[in-house]
Amino acid sequence: MMHGPLDPPTQALSVEGVSHAYGPRRALDQVRFSTAAASFTVLLGLNGAGKSTLFALVTRLYGTQAGRIRIFGHDVAREPGEALRILGVVFQSRTLDLDLSVMQNLMYHAALHGIDKRTARARADDLLARIALSDRADDKVRSLSGGQMRRVEIARALLHRPRLLVLDEPTVGLDIKSRADLVAHVRRLVAEDGIGVLWATHLIDEAEEHDQVIVLHQGQVLADGRVSQVVAHCGARDLRDAFTRLTGAASPPSTGEAA
Amino acid sequence: MSASGTTAARTSSALDAAAAAPRGFTLRQYAICLKGVVWREGLRFLHQRERFVSALVRPLVWLFIFAAGFRQVLGVSIIPPYETYILYSVYITPGLMAMIQLFNGMQSSLSMVYDREMGNMRTLLVSPLPRWFLLCSKLLAGTAVSLLQVYAFLAIAWFWEIEAPPLGYLAVIPALLLSGLMLGALGMLISSVIKQLENFAGVMNFVIFPMFFASSALYPLWRVREGSPLLYYVCQFNPFTHAVELIRFALYLRVDWLSLAVVAGCTVLFMLGAILAYDPSRGFLARRGEPGGAT
Repeated sequence: MMHGPLDPPTQALSVEGVSHAYGPRRALDQVRFSTAAASFTVLLGLNGAGKSTLFALVTRLYGTQAGRIRIFGHDVAREPGEALRILGVVFQSRTLDLDLSVMQNLMYHAALHGIDKRTARARADDLLARIALSDRADDKVRSLSGGQMRRVEIARALLHRPRLLVLDEPTVGLDIKSRADLVAHVRRLVAEDGIGVLWATHLIDEAEEHDQVIVLHQGQVLADGRVSQVVAHCGARDLRDAFTRLTGAASPPSTGEAA
Repeated sequence: MSASGTTAARTSSALDAAAAAPRGFTLRQYAICLKGVVWREGLRFLHQRERFVSALVRPLVWLFIFAAGFRQVLGVSIIPPYETYILYSVYITPGLMAMIQLFNGMQSSLSMVYDREMGNMRTLLVSPLPRWFLLCSKLLAGTAVSLLQVYAFLAIAWFWEIEAPPLGYLAVIPALLLSGLMLGALGMLISSVIKQLENFAGVMNFVIFPMFFASSALYPLWRVREGSPLLYYVCQFNPFTHAVELIRFALYLRVDWLSLAVVAGCTVLFMLGAILAYDPSRGFLARRGEPGGAT
């Protein structure tokens, strides 16, 4: 059966009226947006915009104080198991175990999802081949480069075959080449495997013309739509210009180097 | 959205597959998860040589130096479960076993939240299995590691002529499991409610030392009573005293029912507390502040 683009079942991630405060400080204020299945969505915001808080809520590290978050229709608060099993996460901070090998890290993650050893092993071999790290499977994670660790983290996030992959500032700390490779890899996942991706970043040039872009600033969604729509709506020259007009901020950095 | 025809077809077949997938998790999946968590904890332990060595050296210093020095100072009369006069080093061995578990429980639970391990905590908690199960698995894994440490210690102590009845080495396993869970859960609970204890030194001063010294680990309680009735009552209310006694009796093939009840009760209490504290909706994690704490 087919759905129109806005039918709930094809909404990969739906965030409805989510607010979150740390004591008196409001980190998110009535955030509302949704992303489509098998699409690449950029969550654009400066550091401190509330991106990481949103990730903590989507991954249920914290409970939602107000509002509702659904992953393919599964309410994160009410059916956490069903929601989390179709969600893949790459956190901003490195979460691989440096003292274990690449394969051991992958097998541990698979176990956390209740995937048996044989299946896990086959999937891990497959995923490592795709990121060209098969020969590093038994090496300690500590010996990998930053870009390689990120690729392993993405492979790990895909082990349980999620339908939505969320990445929090995945390119931070990577050089230009690794950054480009990583973006291309994740875009291929969208095109070839039909995985929905939410890509949080403060780097404007990681958004492409046909992407959906959500501009988050000081805990509020300032714009939501295709890049071209957002640019047109603001009467701006390009996304950078639109972002500056929306946030009133100085132009954000465009490359990892400047960050 | 500009989804191509093939992508749309794939997506809808993925949708159908997901609709057909059973909800919830099978017992086997729970077992796989538990095994995975224990396996990882064991691997980490083997990789961290220093942790193993220091976990072993600490009780051995007490045994070889402290106990030797105090041998003449403290006379231990015949008290259950012992049937003869015993050396002081024999007396403190169960206390040192419990101390290993105390350190291990505090260390593994606290490091999970603070410093480097925050990332591992996150990896654990995004698992779709119920959070209480994940936390219990983590506790069991930590306890399993503490058992390895305890038996390594016992093996060395055996050469120092501290020998329990052979069957005692088996009988003590359930006692160690229970006390390990209790102390691990306590560590987990402490890690969740106390903001200020950001480093291990604070925990040493305010938790580990008081618990260890105000217990029956180093001196029989009847002697404490002679010195200070107040301290005697403090020791009686210290769950660590009961962990020590539970281990001591089990090692000599006996059951101290009061201690068993106290340790079991405290285990349940601390575990419930830890699970509540880590519950996302009312948990401390959100109150602790920004997720950026991890970066």
